Amino acid sequence: MAAADIVDSRSALSRAWNNKEARSVILQILTVALLFGFFFYIIRNAVINLETIGKGYSFTFLSAPASYDINQTLIDYNSRDTHFRAAIVGILNTLLVAVSGIILATIVGFVLGVLRLSKNWLMSRIVYCYIELVRNVPVLLHILLIHGIVVNTLPVPRQSPSFFSESVFLSNRGLYVPSPLPEPLFWATMIAFFGGIVGTVLYKRRARKLQEETGRILPVFRVGLGLIIGLPFVVFLVTGMPMNWSYPELKGFNFVGGVAMKPEFLALWLALSLYTSAFIAEIVRAGILAVSYGQTEAAHALGLRTNRTLQLVIIPQALRVIVPPLTSQYLNLTKNSSLAIAIGYMDIVATIGGISLNQTGREMESMTIVLLIYLSFSLVISLFMNWYNKRIKLVER
Amino acid sequence: MSNLQDTQTYAPGQHPDMPPPLATRGIIGWMRKNLFSSIGNTILTLVAIAILWRIVPPILDYFVFDAVINASNREECVAKGTGACWAVISERFQVSLYAFYPEAERWRLKLTFLLLFVALGPVLFDRFPLRKQMIWFSLAYPFIAIWLVVGGFLGLPLVETKMFGGVMLTLIIGITGITFSLPLGILLALGRISNLPAMQIVSVAFIEFIRGVPLITLLFVASTMLNYFLPPGTEFDLLLRVLIMVTLFASAYIAEVVRGGLQAIPKGQYEAADAMGLKYWQAMRLIILPQALKISIPGIVNTFIGLYKDTTLVLIIGLFDVLGIMRSALADPKWNGLSTEVYIYTALFFFVSCFAMSRYSLYLEKKLHTGHKR
Repeated sequence: MAAADIVDSRSALSRAWNNKEARSVILQILTVALLFGFFFYIIRNAVINLETIGKGYSFTFLSAPASYDINQTLIDYNSRDTHFRAAIVGILNTLLVAVSGIILATIVGFVLGVLRLSKNWLMSRIVYCYIELVRNVPVLLHILLIHGIVVNTLPVPRQSPSFFSESVFLSNRGLYVPSPLPEPLFWATMIAFFGGIVGTVLYKRRARKLQEETGRILPVFRVGLGLIIGLPFVVFLVTGMPMNWSYPELKGFNFVGGVAMKPEFLALWLALSLYTSAFIAEIVRAGILAVSYGQTEAAHALGLRTNRTLQLVIIPQALRVIVPPLTSQYLNLTKNSSLAIAIGYMDIVATIGGISLNQTGREMESMTIVLLIYLSFSLVISLFMNWYNKRIKLVER
Repeated sequence: MSNLQDTQTYAPGQHPDMPPPLATRGIIGWMRKNLFSSIGNTILTLVAIAILWRIVPPILDYFVFDAVINASNREECVAKGTGACWAVISERFQVSLYAFYPEAERWRLKLTFLLLFVALGPVLFDRFPLRKQMIWFSLAYPFIAIWLVVGGFLGLPLVETKMFGGVMLTLIIGITGITFSLPLGILLALGRISNLPAMQIVSVAFIEFIRGVPLITLLFVASTMLNYFLPPGTEFDLLLRVLIMVTLFASAYIAEVVRGGLQAIPKGQYEAADAMGLKYWQAMRLIILPQALKISIPGIVNTFIGLYKDTTLVLIIGLFDVLGIMRSALADPKWNGLSTEVYIYTALFFFVSCFAMSRYSLYLEKKLHTGHKR
């Protein structure tokens, strides 16, 4: 009786296991159950542990005064402001270095990538050496090295070299450049600038329509350049140059006036851009090589000139290959900006995840905030790049 | 004589080949083709020479010709020469390798390092002597290495992980991460393309979360708040926590690389495996994964290089890897302000190891290339 039961149940089990669908259901139920068990276990541990030390989980600490200073801020901030405001300052600093890093890295990367492909043996070798040297060294080391050079090797403000007839100074306190002080009539130039952008968009739309209908090509680039840069410049001259400059001047031991790029920002910005540009250069090279030479020959056979060929045939096809890996480089640069904490640039990790965490002892809450912020940055960048990628990708029938 | 040769006649088609014109062969021809083929090319060459002229001699002067090798502190360096002060490196060299590991026990590290090459050889090169037998040693190596480095049983005294540091710590974190992230990453990739929705969701959530945040925040999580999630009173070694985090981090990236490889396998291969009656794991092991992994080698090695470079981040949570231990030299008033020398030395260390890895990947790609090369 008992033996028969065992045989029966065993065969039922093994039958279920040998059936593909039943097995997949069993496996999935097991996975989910294990996962829930695991989360239940660690969360229960956390609750017990937090209760033992009497901490709880709440974000009220964000409204308490932060009582620490931040050396570089984009918005007004002083040590009496709240932790919340400190976090905002940190987020803005992260965005500042990420955006300026992405811009510089893209420009340098494209130039290097093109030079690497140049027919000139010497140039392509130099760029190759540079790329290999830069990308085989950790980014943290780049940041520390450049920061060390700025702080330890550059001269003190009193002996700092100046460029462009004493308007730009480079010293161990950072890079000082003149800052613009707009006068009342400057709004006219601003209006002309934005008007130029709108005009260019409209003109481009008209040019495309005209080309589709008649095949005639309008000089969009030159007209756009004239509208966006030329027009505001003319308005600027006509209204009598309503702009003053605040020049950095040496007063006592440091500079006064102008805009300062602090050594921390300078080091982080340059290091992130140079490091990422080496990767972008390789991506650009691979992208251009991926467009077969037959495309160039075909374009030439159709009578397109070299720069038209590049603009209309090669670059659009190369971009399809370039954009996806470029996206991950942008994401990497943004995430690498978290290394700011090593040199004391106050980004989000250094403010809320560093000093605020240490002062309030709220590890869980601070780290939750930091992780969520980075996750949303990554999400936004990849959403944007995916949208762009979809727009330019090959439409197959 | 020469006259006779000049006037010699040949039957049609019998004339020996004449050498090409001087301007298209030898060094002159090469230069004309590669450096001065057009006006733009010539300008680029001149710019390149100018760059080299401006950059290379000062760097060589600073780091080689004017450098000071022997000195006991910075003042002496400055007095001796105007260049780099390598004295700080020669003084700290031993420390940069072993950090605080007790001197009497350092033979254990040297032995582990030597055995590493014995273990790596059969894995990396298929012409290694006695490869089949040696693979067993490679499999056993991690356990031998743990015993040798940490000790605490079988006659070796225990060395606490707090004492670890320098090159040795970098290698420990890097090699552990590389070894364990590959299988984990493959599993995650298989989960991500699996037909089972639960597996898929779990893998996607894990991969996207890990890839969406910087490693440094994960290390912070490991160092500050992981203890909250463990049963009360558990003590968990910091180095072990870091190793787990680094492995998880790298495995998410490996998973994406392998997924790319898996997607490149034509559907016919899966169908053929099914048609032969292979079960899921058999099909994966024998048909799909070998092809997919071969395609993804460059990506996998790139991820490994990235992981290896990322080991430097542990200095931010207070572990002294090679960068951290060299940086601590800067806190010494004797060597104040010599950051450039210290960082260049560390950069060289990383450059050599990462460059070697990328060269190996090229070699492997060439070796495994089965297609028809044009």
